[in-house]
Amino acid sequence: MSEVQNAHPEAILIEGLSKRYGKGDAAVDALKNVDMRVAPGEVIGLIGPSGSGKSTLLKCLGAVIEPTAGRMSIGGETIFDSATGGWKNSDLRALRRDRIGFVFQAPYLIPFLNATDNVALLPMLAGRSNSQSRQRALELLQALDIAHRANAMVSQLSGGEQQRISIARALANQPPVILADEPTAPLDGERALNVMRILRQMAVQYRTAIIVVTHDEKIIPTFRRIYRIRDGQTYEEQGQQ
Amino acid sequence: MINLAGRDILQSWGKYAFTGIGLGLLIGVTLSMAGIYRGMVDDAKALINNSGADLWVVQRDTLGPYAEPSSLRDDVWRSLQGMSGVAETGNATYLTMQVQRAGQDIRVMVVGVDVTAPDKPGAPAYLVAGRAITRSHYEAVADIKTGFSLGDSVRIRRHHYQVVGLTQRMVSASGDPMIFIPIKDAQEAQYLKDNDTILNERARTTANPAFNRPGVPGLLDAIIAGQSANRNVNAVLLRVMPGLEAEQVAQDIRRWKRLQVYTRAQMEEILVAKLTATAAKQIGLFLVILAVVSAAIVSFIIYTMTLGKIREIAVLKLIGARNFTIAGMILQESLGLGLVGFIVGKSVATLWAPYFPKFVLLQTGDTLRGFLAVMLVCTLASVVAIRAALRVDPATAIGG
Repeated sequence: MSEVQNAHPEAILIEGLSKRYGKGDAAVDALKNVDMRVAPGEVIGLIGPSGSGKSTLLKCLGAVIEPTAGRMSIGGETIFDSATGGWKNSDLRALRRDRIGFVFQAPYLIPFLNATDNVALLPMLAGRSNSQSRQRALELLQALDIAHRANAMVSQLSGGEQQRISIARALANQPPVILADEPTAPLDGERALNVMRILRQMAVQYRTAIIVVTHDEKIIPTFRRIYRIRDGQTYEEQGQQ
Repeated sequence: MINLAGRDILQSWGKYAFTGIGLGLLIGVTLSMAGIYRGMVDDAKALINNSGADLWVVQRDTLGPYAEPSSLRDDVWRSLQGMSGVAETGNATYLTMQVQRAGQDIRVMVVGVDVTAPDKPGAPAYLVAGRAITRSHYEAVADIKTGFSLGDSVRIRRHHYQVVGLTQRMVSASGDPMIFIPIKDAQEAQYLKDNDTILNERARTTANPAFNRPGVPGLLDAIIAGQSANRNVNAVLLRVMPGLEAEQVAQDIRRWKRLQVYTRAQMEEILVAKLTATAAKQIGLFLVILAVVSAAIVSFIIYTMTLGKIREIAVLKLIGARNFTIAGMILQESLGLGLVGFIVGKSVATLWAPYFPKFVLLQTGDTLRGFLAVMLVCTLASVVAIRAALRVDPATAIGG
């Protein structure tokens, strides 16, 4: 059963999260007692050097790897609690599909589907009808100002367009959380800032919390709140915005 | 739900089509091999059916006349004709040899048949052009596969024969087309010695005092005449009276004439199970090898195509696609490839079948079995790729 924390829950709540790889002398603590709170509609930055634990945190929160200890909630619903047996949902794929959106460094769109179907695929996987799914996809493409490319194949889209399609895909099932793994890395300054503007706009419009993992110095100043991660531990900072 | 396999195929249809054509050519070879075996069996059955005989009387303790040499005196038919249940008899000789047509060698089976009546057992069952042999010498009826036309002359041993009729599907068990000539000529051709040998034998016989007796005039001439003439045939073909069991008549002949007799079923068994047994095993093994090679190629192609989509598969898994969806996509692509390959294979096998020197019989049953085998092979071939896809860690879609 899901566990609602309070009347106005954080979109993301992480408490005492740890992740250890390996055993004995070879054990590596990738995350050490990490705490994090993100409100609905908030976009935060997760910044740190390579090997600091950013991707591990993203994978834990994305229900791709199992944390060693701690508790995670999404939209007020506890998804993992090591004290009570780990994952609360036995179907992690369904959890990822319905509750978490992903935006990757490269768009990783399905090359043999057009823009609309790349977005509509998610609602379809969730069991919605083709017409409902395509309707939802078109709404998102419109919101992201790329509806004119709805029928274009992936190979016909520019890098920026592909990234916008991938953002639309992440939003397709209206998840409370989007995890963005260096979404601006392949883009130049103007386009990177544009993607951040879109993410922020979507976060507000759909009340979605977005965690952006980044190295990109250009976009770091755009965050109001930043979590720096070093040696598996997070440090909260206020951003420049 | 979107058909992911269909979209993937449409997106890269060129690669898919070329791969399907390549696979199809392999399937075409496999179907042709099966067709060659069926053709061999059909040739054997045609030989039996087109002879018009119900029973084959041959030399005792032999599997003659097609599978083993057999020799009978050419007057045996008289005693068989008088037996109860025998409607018609006909002497027959079979001789496989090379003849020339327009300067090129052709391998044929020369069949000596009784031409005293047109419907004697052993005579060509039907003609597509010309007429039956009516003269006792130097006329021939040829299968159209020999390439001879009406009025052509064909040399067999020392004599030339005029082609007066053409027939069809009259081939030996090994697929050589037949040329029918009168039995007397065939007997001569079968045992004809060269001139030097005949002269040598005459000299030896003349020099033998036992044969050249001054007190017995005509003895030497009779012996020499006997040496140069052939009074043997390879088999006597019988037709039994309507309504009678061939096996019953055969039993009577075995009992009273002490000869070997085969019914149609027994002759079919000899030709199909014994004469073509080695070839069938050879082709069977070749078919197995081709099936394994096809399976390996399909596996490799599907596996390679899947590896090319590993990142997309990882993303699909990450965004919540079920294993069933991913496995279904790979399986459908594999089956689609098999379907394209099969259509191409069946088409090319049909197109190139007439150009084979031997009869290639593509049966509907074999086609259906081939289709099911291709689908099964494609299903099994996709297993490796599906395993690889299901092992993909969705975490690989996330960097780090």
